[in-house]
Amino acid sequence: MESESGLLEQSINSRYSLWVQEALNELPDSFTVTDPYISGQPIVFASKGFLKMMGYSKTEVIGRNGRIFQGPGTCRRSVMEIREAIREERGIQINLVNYRRDGTPFWMLFHMCPVFSKEDGRVIHFVAVQVPILRKPRRRNGVGLVYEEESRVNESVYGSCRREVCSDSLVDLGSALSLECALDDADNRGLEIEETCEASELEKQRAASSMNNILSVLTHYSELTGRLVCGKRCNLTGVGLLSSSLNISLGRIKQSFVLTDPHLPDMPIVYASEAFFKLTGYARHEVMGRNCRFLSGEDTDSSATYRIKESVQNEKACTVRILNYRKDKSSFWNLLHVSPIRNASGKIAYFVGVQMEEACKNQDGHGLSPEMRQLSAVGAVRIAVRSLSMGAGTSKS
Amino acid sequence: MMLKIKRVPTVVSNYQKDEADEGRRAGGCGRNCLNKCCISGAKLPLYAFKKQNNSSGDKGFSGHEKQEAPVAFLDSLLLGEWEDRMQKGLFRYDVTACETKVIPGQFGFIAQLNEGRHLKKRPTEFRVDKVLQPFDGSKFNFTKVGQEEVLFQFEASEDGEVQFHPNAPIDVENSPSVVAINVSPIEYGHVLLIPRILESLPQRIDRESFLLALHMAAEAGNPYFRLGYNSLGAFATINHLHFQAYYLAVTFPIEKAPTKKITSLDVGVKISELLNYPVRGLVFEGGNTLEDLSNSVSDACICLQENNIPYNVLISDCGKRIFLLPQCYAEKQALGEVRAELLDTQVNPAVWEISGHMVLKRREDYDEASDENAWKLLAEVSLSEERFQEVNTLIFGAIACGGDDGNANLLEDPDVKPHSHEEVNAINKSSRHAILSGTQECLVLQ
Repeated sequence: MESESGLLEQSINSRYSLWVQEALNELPDSFTVTDPYISGQPIVFASKGFLKMMGYSKTEVIGRNGRIFQGPGTCRRSVMEIREAIREERGIQINLVNYRRDGTPFWMLFHMCPVFSKEDGRVIHFVAVQVPILRKPRRRNGVGLVYEEESRVNESVYGSCRREVCSDSLVDLGSALSLECALDDADNRGLEIEETCEASELEKQRAASSMNNILSVLTHYSELTGRLVCGKRCNLTGVGLLSSSLNISLGRIKQSFVLTDPHLPDMPIVYASEAFFKLTGYARHEVMGRNCRFLSGEDTDSSATYRIKESVQNEKACTVRILNYRKDKSSFWNLLHVSPIRNASGKIAYFVGVQMEEACKNQDGHGLSPEMRQLSAVGAVRIAVRSLSMGAGTSKS
Repeated sequence: MMLKIKRVPTVVSNYQKDEADEGRRAGGCGRNCLNKCCISGAKLPLYAFKKQNNSSGDKGFSGHEKQEAPVAFLDSLLLGEWEDRMQKGLFRYDVTACETKVIPGQFGFIAQLNEGRHLKKRPTEFRVDKVLQPFDGSKFNFTKVGQEEVLFQFEASEDGEVQFHPNAPIDVENSPSVVAINVSPIEYGHVLLIPRILESLPQRIDRESFLLALHMAAEAGNPYFRLGYNSLGAFATINHLHFQAYYLAVTFPIEKAPTKKITSLDVGVKISELLNYPVRGLVFEGGNTLEDLSNSVSDACICLQENNIPYNVLISDCGKRIFLLPQCYAEKQALGEVRAELLDTQVNPAVWEISGHMVLKRREDYDEASDENAWKLLAEVSLSEERFQEVNTLIFGAIACGGDDGNANLLEDPDVKPHSHEEVNAINKSSRHAILSGTQECLVLQ
């Protein structure tokens, strides 16, 4: 069974070998690596430069999603653009307001690129380089001119593109929470940040060359494991592979479920949720590509398996009470819900199987009945599959 | 002169069909509806949200954590209840079996082929020159839907904590707001939020109702769950106050459109203008509190409806960005100014279409869908630049000057004043002058 932190470490090490972390840390740049195939698309590596710039420790950052650095002054449209780029598995360079751990906002140039598997063309990681923007932005009024010189000489750079910050207001979360209000009007609420900021050509080049350096380290170290990566998608041969964006969406669903592909021989599992691994005790690689029947055992009633088969054939949903077995051979009653899932063309693309352990049925989680949670997982899967097969840039299109 | 268009009304409830059949009231109407005849003793799940004071539901600097919360409760509730109704067969068709695609091109318009949505219904006449019309209990309204079509009650929590009761009685005295399915969904999870359903409010924005809708967006915490509003004259078909919402995990073209800031209000709300988009409109963001943002938008909406200007509203990005789009398509259509090729598509440009999600009824339109075609249609929806600027002046005047008192009085006013088209124009002119003079002292200048 993969533990949470083990999973995060594995993400880097199994692809680029154990030595890559050291090599990445030797780079002076500020960057993070995220894994779209782990639930929540967490940061799996953060460079020393990044931690220093943001004021976080490594443990505070690993496992978290990059959005923890955003705040009320972060442009919503820019966040949406990054979301789009991730969804479409392409690079993006955009100016963004981020927040240090102490709550100080600052402008930076955010440059993100996908890293592809050379073998099957799927996205393995996203690398995000962050270059603080040093240049003073265009100003419409005379406020804040004091800053220009200071930020040019000050390599710590946090304050650039932002008006003078009163030191005692740094901890004043209250005023920071309502930061939007402080953006434009001239009353000094402490934490203020310019509304727009343009990165210079130099900064853009710096981001691009950092990215190149990082990608070449990753490429080089992937040769050690034989699981090669590249910065450009070479070929997409992975039959039955889900796009990284679909994985990200499915990863948000907390229930135990699997997706199986009825168009492949023997209807193999093409996705299994974290909760499924927890419930059954199996690891990802022991499950992917197999037919679900490995969950059955000697006391499993064949009429139950027959009913599942029947509902798959008739392309209808069904709920079946079936005896299943974990990896350690212990058994549990599974109130399994199976339903066909259609893609954007309206055709059945997968079948979802949502597990519910009968013994846990009466546990009152948070007020929603287990049946309702089971159905909500089905709904969330439907939306993810339908929306992410709509074309315009996803792997499957 | 009265302006009317003919269109096929959307069937939002399975009880809409027997509209003429109203003779069976005593002892319950037999449909288990929400009216007095059936409601006694009825129970529905109740979700009570926590009222937030800080900006747009953020929790400090890591406010965007919200999406990462282990249980997005409202999201799960809505999805679970909706899926349940789907498996019970309450919808007129399986929307996930409708073909859909992102149209290749610069804007990413989304097309859906929905051949089932408008079947079995005859075109009906709709009056489009009055944005405010009195509630008419004899017409279809949401108190007539069956209780099985209602998913849950939605209200602010009394004690400031999120609460959920799987089986709460419907407290008639307490004016419950409910979320019901739309039996003709245009995407998965298509629901209607009906504020204070038993009060029989006409389709008309007021501060309280709009805040409720904004809370729903914030509470769902899913950027792909958006709420929309159509005023009368802007393709609302039912004159009973309601918002729509559904899930579509694709960014809408309107959300991608660049914007240019016009002004910031002293409550922290930033107002921008859409650029490079076929429909002219405003974007509201920020605000010291969710309520500040909500009030600014409601005041703008109230201004538009008082001035008889049809409009649509999109609540996007978990309630953090709100798009306001005055429109004139129905008016043009009634005056015979819309080209036949556009009318032939029978596409009604309501909030979703304006946002870039085009629901098409004919296979040929779907196959030939292009940026260009979508743009052509939406360009007809938009006000002219000149008119848009006039309308903006009205809106900014209303927002800047419309203190709590002024607008509260307006929206409490139960009378719906009928205006003929000419009268409205005259009123527009005069109010514009009045507000313009106020602008200088009230509007926050940059």
